[in-house]
Formats: sequence, structure tokens, C-alpha cells
Amino acid sequence: MGRYVVQRMGYMVITLLIIVTITFFLMQLLPGTPFSNPEKLSERQLELMSAKYGLDKPLAIQYMTYIGNLIQGDLGLSFQSEGRTVISMIGDRIGPSALIGGQAVVIGVLCGFILGVISALKHNTIFDYGSVFVAVIGMSIPSFVFAALMQYYIGVQWGLLPVALWKDYSYSIMPSLALSAMVIATVARFIRSEMLEVLGQEFVTTARAKGITEFVVIIRHVLRNALIPVVTVLGPLTVSIMTGTLVIEKIFAVPGLGEQFTLSILVNDYSVILGITLFYSALFIFIVFIVDILYGILDPRISMGGGKKDAA
Amino acid sequence: MKNLLFLLMLMVIIGLAGCNFGGDSSNESSTEDTIENSSENTGTVGEETSGKVINLTSDGDIPTLDSAHAHDGIAFTVLNNVNEGLYRGDDAHNPELAMAEDHQVSEDGLVHTFLIRDAQWSNGEAVTANDFEYAWKRVFEEVGHYNVMFETAGIKNASAIIAGDMTPDDLGIVALDEKTLEITVENPSALLNQLLTFPIFLPLNQAHVEEVGDTFGTEAETILSNGPFLLDSWQQDQGWVYKKNPDYWDAETVSLDQINVNVVKEVSTAVNLWESDAVDRITISSSYVDEYENDENFANVVRPEVIFMRFNHNHEHFANENIRKAIDMTIDKEGLTNTILNNGSVPLYSLVPQEFSYSPNEEVDFRELNGEFNQGSVEEAIALWEDGLSEIDSDGFEMSLMSSDDDNHVKSAEFIKNQLESNLEGITVNIKTVPFEARLENEKAVEYDMVISSWGPDYSDPMTYIDMWVTDGPANRMDFSDDEFDSIVAEANVETDAEVRYQLLLDAEKKLMDEMHIAPLYQSADALLTRSKIKGIVRHPSAPEYEYKWADVE
Repeated sequence: MGRYVVQRMGYMVITLLIIVTITFFLMQLLPGTPFSNPEKLSERQLELMSAKYGLDKPLAIQYMTYIGNLIQGDLGLSFQSEGRTVISMIGDRIGPSALIGGQAVVIGVLCGFILGVISALKHNTIFDYGSVFVAVIGMSIPSFVFAALMQYYIGVQWGLLPVALWKDYSYSIMPSLALSAMVIATVARFIRSEMLEVLGQEFVTTARAKGITEFVVIIRHVLRNALIPVVTVLGPLTVSIMTGTLVIEKIFAVPGLGEQFTLSILVNDYSVILGITLFYSALFIFIVFIVDILYGILDPRISMGGGKKDAA
Repeated sequence: MKNLLFLLMLMVIIGLAGCNFGGDSSNESSTEDTIENSSENTGTVGEETSGKVINLTSDGDIPTLDSAHAHDGIAFTVLNNVNEGLYRGDDAHNPELAMAEDHQVSEDGLVHTFLIRDAQWSNGEAVTANDFEYAWKRVFEEVGHYNVMFETAGIKNASAIIAGDMTPDDLGIVALDEKTLEITVENPSALLNQLLTFPIFLPLNQAHVEEVGDTFGTEAETILSNGPFLLDSWQQDQGWVYKKNPDYWDAETVSLDQINVNVVKEVSTAVNLWESDAVDRITISSSYVDEYENDENFANVVRPEVIFMRFNHNHEHFANENIRKAIDMTIDKEGLTNTILNNGSVPLYSLVPQEFSYSPNEEVDFRELNGEFNQGSVEEAIALWEDGLSEIDSDGFEMSLMSSDDDNHVKSAEFIKNQLESNLEGITVNIKTVPFEARLENEKAVEYDMVISSWGPDYSDPMTYIDMWVTDGPANRMDFSDDEFDSIVAEANVETDAEVRYQLLLDAEKKLMDEMHIAPLYQSADALLTRSKIKGIVRHPSAPEYEYKWADVE
């Protein structure tokens, strides 16, 4: 297990390096400069500014400089917000995104889990149809539709929760609910179909034949096996949802990271693009790693250090 | 095992969310009270109930509050309200003395001596002449975005410093003593006072800037104020709060106690906030105009941004005056603004927009003095088209019309293509839609046939539109060159008699537009909702845009 973890860490660093390299060079294909309002900048002024930020140097040198700073933990300064470090920009914005996303995942997993289990145990009854209906709605209607409807009714018409902005805890509830719809639907669908499959397996029949109570059969044998695919989708889903979603953040005026990332690409803010890409990738790779560890706990057939089976 | 799994998942979630929540709560603690008392229905906090508070929205965060680097309207507005330079624009957009108490000009118009008034920074130190000298030279050391403004203002040696022939220390500004500032210009300039209202000319407290170092301008705590308001707090991407500056020299004029600005990027969100009384002023998009246009709080305000087409003057057909005129005349600009765009924008038949500049003494709109250009019927346009084609022995041509992917520009391009192809025989228009940056690169390289461009003023004077078109000027971008036009502009640049100069500006526009070297399309406008109780927010036609100094709540 220990050796496995070290090995995986090594792979993670290499993966990140590849991602940074590709992003760095792809970014150069974006037209224009990272300086805002380029329409008003003279050629001479562009020259001076490029020189100041080292953009006049050959690409290879710029790349080496960036990697050198990166190793020392320096992600550089934003071009658009002069003087502000990329690390502080990410740090300031990840909070709201993670809070909303985290709450959405918790709500989504709890509700989705309950719906899925009911659906599978009461297969082909009105309960099953009901929860399938909820899952289909959650899956097919984009979250911004929920967001806009909730904002209008709950916020403006009934005045139950703040319409938008980001001031205290109550401001995070509606965005979380809007985001959770998709999570509920995803989790419910997976739990339902996996449980139905597991319920039909022979070891479940064996367990029942041994006289174990139905409750224990469901918990120990059915659910545990049904959870594997859920964990697989939930890992990446958690990352993407917690690192910010452009549309929800815009609709609820949440100062989050999702919006910042899109903006930085639109305005060619090179260092911010690289910084956020790196942050997303690192988080994503880390979660995939956690998921792999969880596999081993959930399913002893998947081994960690064996080498015969690469869990990646 | 299942419990273990859940425990693990919860730990990951809580671990990640938990540390962020810590960040949140620190945000909250600093803004909490202002939020509480700004919403009308909370009676819990009594502190602000008697104060005058307004809630505004901004469609973006402040990029930086370092006056050397500030480069966008949002930052300019904040800087303008928390700081003050030698001059400030008044409610009629004319420069009035601000940090300077007195302004003497030498006989040759080259040396300007300012007496700095008794005023203080928010750390208690006095504002001195050295604060200006330091700040201005620092702009060049920092390679500020807008240091070209020093060239426009004609400050001595600014051009040489930008060209790299001199150092920032050679700039024509010197603090003679603590309160006396001497500025030397290269030519007498009628524009100087107007330009000095621009935030790049703000003073800085040297000791403070050096003390906070790299963090200067990145947080509310790292800036000092010498203007009507203090920046009380600033949360990234969330908003900022102004409070009245009790130590401002003219504090008795300032009525508002507090201004909360919330960052709201989505118009529908702003509308919902407006409906729930959370904000007092928003900009709405054209899709909401029909719903609100009869509201007492609604106003449609024309803006000085102009949208026009550049002709590539190297193109054989566009070198011909009649063809250019025919193309311009055949476009139904009223149909474009009223039917296609329907966002309050108004048709434009000139270079300088309306409600932008007024003559020095009579205060007549520039637009009224010079009238409209090249208005006519489709029949007249067809006649011009046929004349033009026969002059150059052509029976029509295919051309491309470049547009950036901005929604309004794309709609305009489609409309123009339809108008040209249905009215002018022999023309084929291919629309080429590109990102803004690519459009700019193509414009600079003059690699297009026609392109839909836009221009907003850098300062409140018609010259900001006119000097775009001088030979090889940085904003020309269509290889247009006319000696007569160039000489009128050169003359206006050194003319100090305001009325004579104004006439030269009128002549220059007439020269350009009589031959239709560009095809103006429309002037943009904003649809605003402002609570009627709010009075006196001044909006200048060029940066810095907003003044809250005279704003009040009834």
C-alpha cells in the first residue's frame, strides 16, 4: 500500500507537468495580448509592457522561468489585476465555490441515495416511477433553469431567501439547491440500476438462504457492491462542482472560481489560466487517487500493491 | 465498511468546505454590518438607519487600484471617488480646481504653477506637491497602461521617456516646495485641465506606497484616500463599500454617508435584485426595456461610444468617394437601431456623437453645429453607386465585412449585408466574424475590406475622435491619409484660443465626413433603472465616469 501511494504520487507530478506544458503552449495560440483594452495601446506601449512582464523573451525561456517559479510555489501575478498573486486570486474565490459545491454534493448524495434505494427496493411500483421521474427531471433540465426559477419564486416572489449576492450563510442555500438537482439525479440513477443488478446475483440469494435478515443483506451485500460505480462518478463530479460553476455563480452573483476561470481565458490572463488549470488538475488527480483507494476498501478483489492490476 | 466509506467521503467534503468556510466567515465579519443596515427591512442594526446609503451594482470587480496601472472604467470610477487630483470634473463635465487651490500659467503657456490646498491623506499626512511628482514619475517606472495620456497632455519629455531616450526623472514636473508644483508642457494646450481629471494624474503618498510595496492597490487596506469617500472594504468579486471621508477638504458638500457596490454580472440577476429592493441602480439589457420603459425610474441615456465601419483605403473600390458614400447612404441606420438592435442606441451620421461636446461659449452641441452627413434616399445612393463604378470602370465586386463576435456587431453586420446586397447591384458581401482580439490584429495590419469598429472617448473633447485619423496615427488602421486633414489637426493641437480651436475641430470632422472616409452606424446607449429618490450622480462622457461627490438621497 505504501509503495503504491508513493508510486501514484510520482505519476501525479508527471501528469501535472504534462498538463502545465500543454496548457502553456496552447495558450500562446490565443489571439491578442494579456493586456486589457489593447485597442488603446500603441505599438511602443505594447513593447514596453511586454518587456516589463518578460513576454518579449523566447517562449522556451518564458516556459523555463514559469516552471522554475512553479517549483518554488510561485504561480505568478495576474496581468489583469496588476499586483495580485494568482494564489491569492484562487484562494479568495475557492471558498464560496467549494461551500456551494460541497453542500450541493452532500444534499445530492443524501437525497439521491434515498431515492435510489427506495426505487430499487420498490421496483416497478409507484415509488420507483416517482423517483425515476425525479431523476429524469434532474438530469435533463439544466441547473440554471432551476436557479432562475428558484431565484424568481423563492427570492423575489416569496422573499424566503436572499435573491443573490454573497453576504452570509443564507446566501449559499439557493445556489446549493440549484446545483444539487444534477447530483441527486446522477446518484439516484446509479444506485437504482446497480442495486437492481446486485439484487439478482447469486451471492445475494445465498446470503438470504443462510437466513440473514433482509436488512443486513441489503446493507452488507447489496449496497456495498452497488456503491462502486457511484464512487467512480462521484469523485470527478465533486471536483467539478466544488471548483465552481460559471452559470450558477453568475446567476447568484457568487464571487467564485468558475467565473474567474472563464474570464481569464477571455482576457488572455496567461498566469491566471495556468494557475487555475493547474489547481483544477491537481484536485482532479487527487480525487481520482482517493477514489482508487476507496475501491480497495469497497471491493477486496481490487488490490492496491499487486502490480498485476493497475488501478488507474 | 459502508460507514467507513461515508466517513471518508464526509471527511473529504467537510475538510475542503470547512477550510473555505473559514475564509468566508472572515469575509462576512467585515461586511456584515454594512449589509444588515443597507437592506431596508432589517431593523436589527440601528447604526445606519439615519445615514444616507445607496446600493449600486457593478458588472465586474476592480482589477487594481494602483493609479499607475488602472485601465478600466470600474477602477477609474473608484479612484475618482476615493482620490482627487489637481482637477475634478464638475456636474457639467468641466474641470474645476480640486487638490489645487490655484493654477497660474506663464505667458508663453508652457509653465503651469499649482498651489496645493491644505488637504490630507486618510493616514493624517498632508497632501504635498511631492506626492504629485512622485506619482507621475512612478507611472513611467511602472510602465503604466495609460502613460500615453502624458503625451496627449503634452507634459514635457513624456514622449522621449516612452521612446526610451530619457528617464522618468526628466519628466516636466517638479515640486518647488511642499505646496507648490510646477508642470512644464511642450506646447500650450487647451486640453490640459480637462486631461488632469484622469486618474493617472492622481497624487500618491510616497511613504505609504513604499511601505505596502507589492500589495499597493490590491486591497482596500493598502490604499490611502484624499477624496470625497474612503474605501471602507473591498471583497474580491463581491463588492466594495465607500464611506464618507470626514477629513475631505470639501466634506460639507458630500451628502451620502455610504455607498455599497455589489458585483452582479448577470442582467437577470440585477433585475431580480432590483425587484427585491436590494439595489437602487442597475443597467438593463434590451430584452427588459419593453417591460420597464414606462417605469418612473427608467432612463435611456445615450453614451459617447460610436460604432462605425472602417473602409480599407488600399482597396481599389473604397478609394472611390462615391462608392463609399453609396455604401453609407444605402444603410437604413434608423431601421438598424430601432428594429434590429432595439437597445436605445441612436443612428449616427457623423464622427463625433451627440451630447458629448459643447462649444466653449454658447454651449451648443458639436453635433448641432456641424449637422449630419450623407443622409439620403436609396435612389440617391444607387445613383452614387453607379457613378462610382463607372469612374473606376467596374461592374461590381465581392468584399468581406469583418465583425467581432459581439452580439450587436454581428446583428449589424447581417443587416448591412442585406441592405447592401438588396440595394446595390453587383456587390457581394461575405461576413467574417472573428473574436475581438483577432479583429483588432486585422485592423492594425489593415487586412480587411470593411470592418465594424467601435471607439469610446479617452477624454471629453472631440479631439479624441478626430486625431484617430491623422496619417499613420495608431487608431487610423485603414491607411487613410490626407494632408489637409492632418494640417487642420496639427493646427488645432497648438491653438490656445478655445473658440478658434473648436472651429478647427468642426472643420476637421467636416473634411473627413464630407468624403465619407468612414461609415458611421450608431451611437450606443444605456437603459438604466435608478430609484427616483437618488439625485445628483454625475456621469461624465469619458473616464473617470461617475462622480458621487454631489449625489444625495431625498
